[in-house]
Parts: sequence; C-alpha cells; structure tokens
Amino acid sequence: MIKYLLSRLATFVPTFLGVCIISFGFIRVLPGDPIIVMAGERGMTQERYETLSRQFGFDRPLPVQFWEYFTGVLQGDLGRSFVTNRPVWDEFFSLFPATLELALCAIIFAIALGLPAGIIAAVYRGKFFDRALMSTALVGYSMPIFWWALLLIIVFSGNLGWTPVSGRMGLMYFFDDVTGFMLIDSLLSGQSGAFKSAVQHLILPSIVLGTIPLAVIARQTRSAMLEVLSEDYIRTARAKGLSPGRVNGLHALRNAMIPVITVIGLSVGTLLAGAILTETIFSWPGIGKWMVDSIFRRDYPVVQGGLLMIAVIVMIVNLIVDVLYGLINPKIRKR
Amino acid sequence: MSLLTIRNLSVEFTTGSGRFRAVDSVDVDVRAGEILAIVGESGSGKSVSMLATMGLLPWTATVTADEMSFDGRDLRAMSGPERRRLVGADLSMIFQEPMSSLNPCFTVGFQIKEALRKHTDLDRKQRHARCIELFEMVGIPSPEKRLSAFPHQLSGGMNQRVMIAMAISCRPRLLIADEPTTALDVTIQAQILDLLTGLQKETGMGLILITHDMGVVAETAERVAVQYAGQKVEDQPVADLFATPHHPYTAALLAALPERATEKRLPTIPGVVPGQHDRPEGCLFSPRCKFADETCRIVPPPVQPRPLGLARCHYPLEVPEGVVPAKVEGASA
Repeated sequence: MIKYLLSRLATFVPTFLGVCIISFGFIRVLPGDPIIVMAGERGMTQERYETLSRQFGFDRPLPVQFWEYFTGVLQGDLGRSFVTNRPVWDEFFSLFPATLELALCAIIFAIALGLPAGIIAAVYRGKFFDRALMSTALVGYSMPIFWWALLLIIVFSGNLGWTPVSGRMGLMYFFDDVTGFMLIDSLLSGQSGAFKSAVQHLILPSIVLGTIPLAVIARQTRSAMLEVLSEDYIRTARAKGLSPGRVNGLHALRNAMIPVITVIGLSVGTLLAGAILTETIFSWPGIGKWMVDSIFRRDYPVVQGGLLMIAVIVMIVNLIVDVLYGLINPKIRKR
Repeated sequence: MSLLTIRNLSVEFTTGSGRFRAVDSVDVDVRAGEILAIVGESGSGKSVSMLATMGLLPWTATVTADEMSFDGRDLRAMSGPERRRLVGADLSMIFQEPMSSLNPCFTVGFQIKEALRKHTDLDRKQRHARCIELFEMVGIPSPEKRLSAFPHQLSGGMNQRVMIAMAISCRPRLLIADEPTTALDVTIQAQILDLLTGLQKETGMGLILITHDMGVVAETAERVAVQYAGQKVEDQPVADLFATPHHPYTAALLAALPERATEKRLPTIPGVVPGQHDRPEGCLFSPRCKFADETCRIVPPPVQPRPLGLARCHYPLEVPEGVVPAKVEGASA
C-alpha cells in the first residue's frame, strides 16, 4: 500500500511542473496588458509605463520571468497581487474556506441523495421509480444552473421567505474568522442563532451547486450497480441466503463504488476550483469569483498562483481517489 | 424418502423477442444421500431448473410448478426470509466459473464466514476454526494464510475449492454442483470430482451434478436424468442408462462418446437444439431423430413408464418383454 502511494506521489512531479508552465503561460497568452488595465480610462505616460514595466519585471525575457516565478513557487512564494499588493497565498487562503465549505456541503448533498437513488433505481430497474428518477436526473443535468438558482431563490427566499438570498451570514452576527468555515466559526462564537443563520445561507447554494453532481452520481451509480448485479458473485451471495439488503448494499455496492468514486472525485475537483455562477448569484466570497475578477484585471500573480493552487488541490483529490480505489478494490493495491 | 421433489417445473424468460421457455415440465426427484447427474447440451435448461429450485433466477424469469418441495416443505409457499434461511444452509450450490463466482472485493475467509454467520450460532472464534477445518476438508494447503487471500490471488482450482468449502460450510443436505469442473484444467477436474464425491460419502448429503460430460456421469453418478431443449427425456440408474438407453437422444449421445466409437469418424447428432422460434410442434427431438415419423413431428410424445426410463418418446428403444409402451390418445402408430 505504501509502495502504491509512493508511486502515485511520484507522478506529482511532472504534473506539478506542467501546471507551473501552463499557469504561467496561460495568462500571458491572453491579449491585454496588466499595466494598461491598471491605468484605466485616463491612461498613462510612456515614462510611467516603462517604470511600472521594469518594476513588475516585464522588461526581461519570458524564460527569466518564469525562472523567477518557479523558484519563488518552490519556496512557497506565489508573489503579490498587482491590485491589492497582498500575497497571493494569503488571498487564496482567506477565500478558500468559503469555497471549500460550499463544495463540501454540495457534494455531501449530491452523494447523500444520488447514491441511494442510483441504488434503488438499479434494484427496481424498469419500474416507475427508476424511470421517474432517471428522467429527473436528466432534467437536473441539462438545466441551466443560473436559471435553477433564480427559481429556487424566487420560491424559497422570495415567496416562502425560508432562506436568505445571498451571502454567508446574517448581518446581525459578527465574529472573527477562526477557521474560515462559517459553520464552525459561528458555533465557536457562541452567539445564539449564528449557526442557524450559517446553515440557512448554505442551503440554496449547496443545492444549486450539488444538482449536476447529484444527477451524475445517481446515473453513474445506477449503471454501475446494474452491471455488477448481473455478475456471478452476486448470484453466489444470494445462494448463501443473504438478505437483499446485504447483497445489494455490501456485495454489489462495494464493486459498483469504483466508477462512482471516479465521478465523485471529478466533481469534487471541479467544485473546489470554485463555482463561478453559483458564487456570483449568491454573492459567495469564494475562489471562483476571485479568479474571474483577476483574469479581467490581468492580475498575473493572482491568476497564475490561483491556477497553481487549484491544480495542486485537484491533484490531492485525485490522490485521495487513487488511495480509495486501492482500499475498495484489492486488485489495484500492489503488494 | 425424497429430499427434493419437483413436479412439472417450467421456467419462462421474457425476452425482447417474446417469451422463451427454458425449462418445460421437468420432474426432479432426489433422495437423501443420492448422487443424481443431470446431463444435456448447452441450452437444455439443466442449470436453469436448478437455479429455479434455489430461487436464484433473474427477475425476467417466471417459474411455475405443480410441486416444488424440499424435505417435505413447499418451496413455493415460503416467504423470502424463510427461503433464505434454507438456501445456503440445507440447500446449497456451486457454480461453473469459480473465478467470477467469488466477490473480488472481499477475502475468501470473509465470504465463507458470512455464510456461517447467517446460518449458524457460532461466535467469531468458532467461525474462524470452522473455516480452517473446511479448508482442510477441501484440501487447501496452509488454510490460515489462505483465509485472508483475495480470489484473484488464488488459482481457479483453489477458488473452486473455496466455493465448495463455502457451499458445505453449513452442512447442507443437498448440494447442487453446476458444471463444477468445466472451467478447470483436466488434471484439476478429477481432483474436484473426487473431492465432491468424497465429501458426499463423508457427510451423506444428496448431490446433484449438472454436467455435459458423460465420462463424469459414468464415474460419479448413481442415477442420470437426460435433458433436451428444456425437457427431461430420460431418467435411469447410471448402469442401466449406459447399457440400455430408451430414448433415441440418449442413445445418440452415448454413441457419440469417443470410447464407444467403432469407426474412424466419431458419430455426431446432426442439427442443433431448437431455439426460441423454431420449436417443433411434436417431439422436440424429432428434427434430429433418425427414428422420427409423422406422429413424432405433430404429436407431443408421452412419458413412458419407469421400466422404459421415463423416456419422453413415441417409440422407445429396447423395450423389454412384457412392458407395454405408453401411447398418446389418437396418435396413429
């Protein structure tokens, strides 16, 4: 198992190098000049432009700029934002908890509903529940997210008044960030009602963000279960006189989990990169919105540093998925 | 006293192109401690009828029977939980493909202990001890180590031994072995058959051996049921069947055995088993039978009395003196 883990970790090195190059190159390939953007409507003199250009190091050849960036990265220095002059590292970690909290809630919502739904649909294949569920999943998958979000806001926030429209916390509560996770910080603050407010703020964004993963997980679980249920070893399990619950829930599900974990891992990776639409609609202060804003401002250090951080997080998620494969399927585990 | 009694069992599958009758009014009788072989070509319904007995058919199958009882208990009237207490304990089954019949995600020890936990009162320690005892019984070397192996780490022969250990773990009174040696090497085949018959003698359980290998039948079985296209066509003690087959299909099968060949070319049975859409009206074997006449093609044959091996035939072979073959009303002979 440790050997397996090390072999997975070894693949990190070339991937990391590639991500560094791509994140550095990506923003520079885009048309537009950060200094011009900074100058805004008024413009600036040629002299001032050149001073700034030298200050940011744009006058030197690209390989030199990359080398400086790369050696910085290896030392944990992602540079400072052109716009705020704060270290990219700090900015990232002040926003990341919000994204992480929302992503986790969304994926928990998606797994909690999608997995059982897929299992039930597979066990009762062709019956009413199966058909109803799979058509609903298709609708969920193809629905535009912003429209779905607005629909939910109209019904639950507008008509029913059950949930807030945007943000992470009610205005009457104020407390310091300890972990950056509202659910935890609100409990730590000891203010009554703060936790409830945090939960209420999370509900709609989680549902909206979790809808597509939910549909994908439900469909993937169903098809994986259908395949596994026709295997010989399921017949063996039934021949032992095991209950349907144990046959489906243990013998079949354990095998069906392998493709399902793949799609869960992919979904988590996407969600952690920030959900631009959801974060924008619910004014959620997360990574997605920050990245988009930075791209528009041509804030090179933020874009390349943010991309790199997201890529590393996705790599870590993939590593966890690989480890889970090994835990679930002994054939993958190398001895 | 009959352990397993099945009367007029039929199994139909709903397929995309209509209904398909895989088993057609089959009777099965097994006494305690008896070895019955069911032989037939692929598609003759021998596995399906036993899977129906175990209640293991997929949801597309419809099972009907006039009687289906195990040890005097009606299998058809049982509730799901009741039947699951019986299946895997008193009535167990092993399958053709040992490599795919074990769950790749669990150790073989876990998979056997699971059956013990379901059907016995043994505690964890006793279950472990019983597993080791079982592995020794089926001839798995260093059982303690093998218990924590996954199926993919064992050979096909070892996996089939694990399957057998699992099937006999709760001391079944009837074991159904569905072509247990087909997927194995020839050298291993003999070992597994010896093991099965040895265990059968030791424990006194009934054994149903499903096979298409007449050699296996001759060596192991006491009684033989021959199935063709979902019907039982003959049922005799093994020596009598080999000496005086009464159904032309049995006779043709025996004639096709290499050991019995008298000419250089091995005799074959022309044609194939009828499928879903070309089932004959009368005798199902009539298109391939060299004795068939007009009656055979139109009128379904009667089941002959026991002295004629319960042969499902209008014109049974080798009729002994004093036995009158059954005739179907209105069939001109």
